[in-house]
Amino acid sequence: MRRGIPAAAVTLGLVLALTACSGSGDDSTGGATSETTAGGGASEDALVIWVDETRQAAVESAAQAFEDENDVAVEVVLKNFEDIRTDFLAQVPTGEGPDLTVGAHDWLGELTTNGVVAPIELGDTAGEFLPIAIEAFTEDGQVYGLPYAIENVALIRNTALATEAPSTWDAAVAAGQAAGTPYQVLIQTGTEGDPYTYYPLQTSFGAPVFVQNEDGTYTSELAMGGAPGQAFATWLQAQGQAGTLSTDITYDIAVEAFKNGESPFIIGGPWMIEQFEGLELSIDPVPSAGGEPAQPFVGVQGFYVSAQSDNALLANDFLVNYVATDEVQLALYEAGNRPPALASAAEEASADPITAGFLAVGEDALPMPSIPEMGSVWAFWGVTEANILSGAAEPVAAWDKMIADIQAAIGS
Amino acid sequence: MPTQPTLTGDATGPTGTPGGTSGPPASPTRDRQGPSRGPVRPGTLVKIALMAVINALGVFGILAAWREGHMGILASMVVLLVVADWVYFSRRTLPLKYVLPGLAFLLVFQVYVVGYTGWVAFTNYGDGHNSTKEQAVEALLIQNERRVEGSATYPLTVVERGGALGFAIVDDGEAQVGTADDPLSPEPDATVDDDRVTEVPGATVLSRQEVLQRQAEVTSLRVPFSDDPNDGWVRTQDARTGFVAVPSLEWDPEADTMTDVVTGTVYHATSDGSFRSDDGERLNVGWRVMVGFDNFRTAFGDERYAQPFVKILLWTFAFAILSVVSTFLLGLFLAITFNDTRVRGRRLYRTLLIFPYAIPGFLAALLWSGMLNRSYGFVNQVLLGGAAVPWLTDPWLAKASVLGVNLWLGFPYMFLICTGALQSLPGDVLEAAKVDGAGAWRTWRSVTLPLLLVATTPLLISSFAFNFNNFTLIYMLTRGGPRFADASVPLGHTDILISMVYSVSGLDGTAAKNYGLASALSIVIFVIVATISAITFKRTKQFEEIS
Repeated sequence: MRRGIPAAAVTLGLVLALTACSGSGDDSTGGATSETTAGGGASEDALVIWVDETRQAAVESAAQAFEDENDVAVEVVLKNFEDIRTDFLAQVPTGEGPDLTVGAHDWLGELTTNGVVAPIELGDTAGEFLPIAIEAFTEDGQVYGLPYAIENVALIRNTALATEAPSTWDAAVAAGQAAGTPYQVLIQTGTEGDPYTYYPLQTSFGAPVFVQNEDGTYTSELAMGGAPGQAFATWLQAQGQAGTLSTDITYDIAVEAFKNGESPFIIGGPWMIEQFEGLELSIDPVPSAGGEPAQPFVGVQGFYVSAQSDNALLANDFLVNYVATDEVQLALYEAGNRPPALASAAEEASADPITAGFLAVGEDALPMPSIPEMGSVWAFWGVTEANILSGAAEPVAAWDKMIADIQAAIGS
Repeated sequence: MPTQPTLTGDATGPTGTPGGTSGPPASPTRDRQGPSRGPVRPGTLVKIALMAVINALGVFGILAAWREGHMGILASMVVLLVVADWVYFSRRTLPLKYVLPGLAFLLVFQVYVVGYTGWVAFTNYGDGHNSTKEQAVEALLIQNERRVEGSATYPLTVVERGGALGFAIVDDGEAQVGTADDPLSPEPDATVDDDRVTEVPGATVLSRQEVLQRQAEVTSLRVPFSDDPNDGWVRTQDARTGFVAVPSLEWDPEADTMTDVVTGTVYHATSDGSFRSDDGERLNVGWRVMVGFDNFRTAFGDERYAQPFVKILLWTFAFAILSVVSTFLLGLFLAITFNDTRVRGRRLYRTLLIFPYAIPGFLAALLWSGMLNRSYGFVNQVLLGGAAVPWLTDPWLAKASVLGVNLWLGFPYMFLICTGALQSLPGDVLEAAKVDGAGAWRTWRSVTLPLLLVATTPLLISSFAFNFNNFTLIYMLTRGGPRFADASVPLGHTDILISMVYSVSGLDGTAAKNYGLASALSIVIFVIVATISAITFKRTKQFEEIS
């Protein structure tokens, strides 16, 4: 949802929507067919893991080693990443879900509220991970997932067009103008906005989304209202009027333009890098627009254990003793291009300056809130930003209304 | 005993053998009564084979449902199977033999789905109320068992002593052994090898395979750390290391309460499907309960929804009606044009016209949303020479775009059915009109169109119903946008009822999921569509009678 929307993802969203609309029927009609997978003899004691395409190969090779050593069967089930969360929520209570699934840390609030994940006791292994990775998977003092990769946006710079990293937004725009390219800075936006990618710019105005407790966990109290938020909104309007940022720039358009050298800068994540082959890149911190540090969201990918798993022992063993190794973490890094969450593996991956750059930016970043209230924020946030950018809404009034709407949605 | 003579009389009557000598004459009679007893026909063999397959599948399904514990599915499968056997092996069920397959599919795919949706509409199924109470309790207990802060992890071995499973750990180089009923105590005679207990006198050490076979027992085993229960218990998650944990919530099944061990707060199970303390604090995991008409009340009573709901309802009707009318008129016009024998290359044109129909709807809508991008879209860039027309972001233009794209997508279908209907018009009627001196317009209006409408009206109604729920188009093209500026819910100017259901219920991930509310809204839509279809079909019937 927040990283541009390739056609496939939208298609999946649709399929998901349609199955959700008629989902009730699947229970009954699927009853006769699902037992072929759920009760197919071997899978009864096999460890079932849900993975998506990018992680399939890496997880399968880890599973192979685990199978050989423990003489157990591991079944790696390929699923679309977009489907995993909904299917996991729906299937774990029926007893037909997997033992393990890959997932993102910001699902955590929803998964615990519905009681479908079990905590993991990492023991002394916890210290071997990057602190932010463990922090992201922690709720109420319990760790609920084994992290394997962290991801965050940063400023990707085409060094042929801009020799120095800009320290402020205005410097970046000036450098873009000096480069003489059609765009000064590219940020994917779209008519529904992209608050995830815009977040570092917003935090540079001192307007993080939720108030944080002292230990770094989020409360459900909104922090992006008031003067800092309004200042950000006003700034957005100015950028829209100046034509620096536009809602017409979708993910595809932004990536294509940067690839063709039409801008020295793009704000984006490691998932874009593959498409920029042949360009000399440098990864820098996002320039501050409001004076304060520009902190992006950090997303952490990891594995969750089902609360209804019959193979809890195997599942935990697999995670703590196989996935939490340099070998597997590096294999997952190769597959997904995101920096590993295990500190030693991350260090090894940092040999690549791009990975090192993203890691360095991530060090100052904050985990994306995983509290269930976050779900109510997205729907209003992006559209409001897009409307301010396009000039359809007055910045301060629209921002204040957004805060009120989110508060009403959280309260309901 | 007045009946007995009658019975025997009846029995002997038809056979025509008074006196009870029922030997030889009985067989010709039976042959006459049951013609199937003659030589077995191939049809019968096929029937038996088919029924064998159906029975095998049915029994397989029943066994599978039994193993999965789905009693509802099991019961309905048994009923369906028994009915199927009865219908196809009884001689008195001829009509049912033809109706049953359709009836069975109707039950499974339609009635059940509607019924289940109806049921969900009266529950609070959604985020936080995802499952049963047992699972909610279980989830709360596992979420609230904490490792003792700052405590060590111990190398752990699973042992069996006196028929009970136990743990052997190494603490400060010293082996300790205990079971669920027997707290950990030092076992100086145990062999410790490489920081791990490998042998315990009077107990067997389980191999990895044995542990895996009993993993449910192992993961649920709690061995008290000492005689003092406040010290917590040792447990393991991977059977390699153990740690000391204490529960922070306690479940009392008798009183139906959860008690926070640390603060002493008591949470009672409430009728809304969650545990609540006296001062209103709620534990995060709840379960599904019936909530009566609450969801319907929210759908219509919540002022945040009420105003957008009316707007969306009106637009849904406008969209569905305009889509049907515009596609039908364009399709009809083209059908008449290409039905005229004077047009050259009709086949080529007709083939070309089918193109939009051949492209999957969601793909076409997605392509169009790209082509209508304000700055980079094909329409603005190439066709309009760089004009920045906000096709998808201006409320009225967005509605026009939706209708336009739907026209592009839908007219080939109408073209097809109109061509078919036109070609099947009886020539003699048209001839008669000509003889009576009717002109082309008069013939068309009084003869062609009414006959055409008789054939196409049911399709127009189904097309209306389809467009009423045309989620694909809306979602792919505009996602319901542009947003209502004055509403406090994430709904927009081009949202139709079904896309409203989708976003209000949180299925798109922008709000907490609420399947109960979504189902309630679906039921409302179902009622609307069903009513309209029923009324229109009734009127069509009258129409048919007139013509």
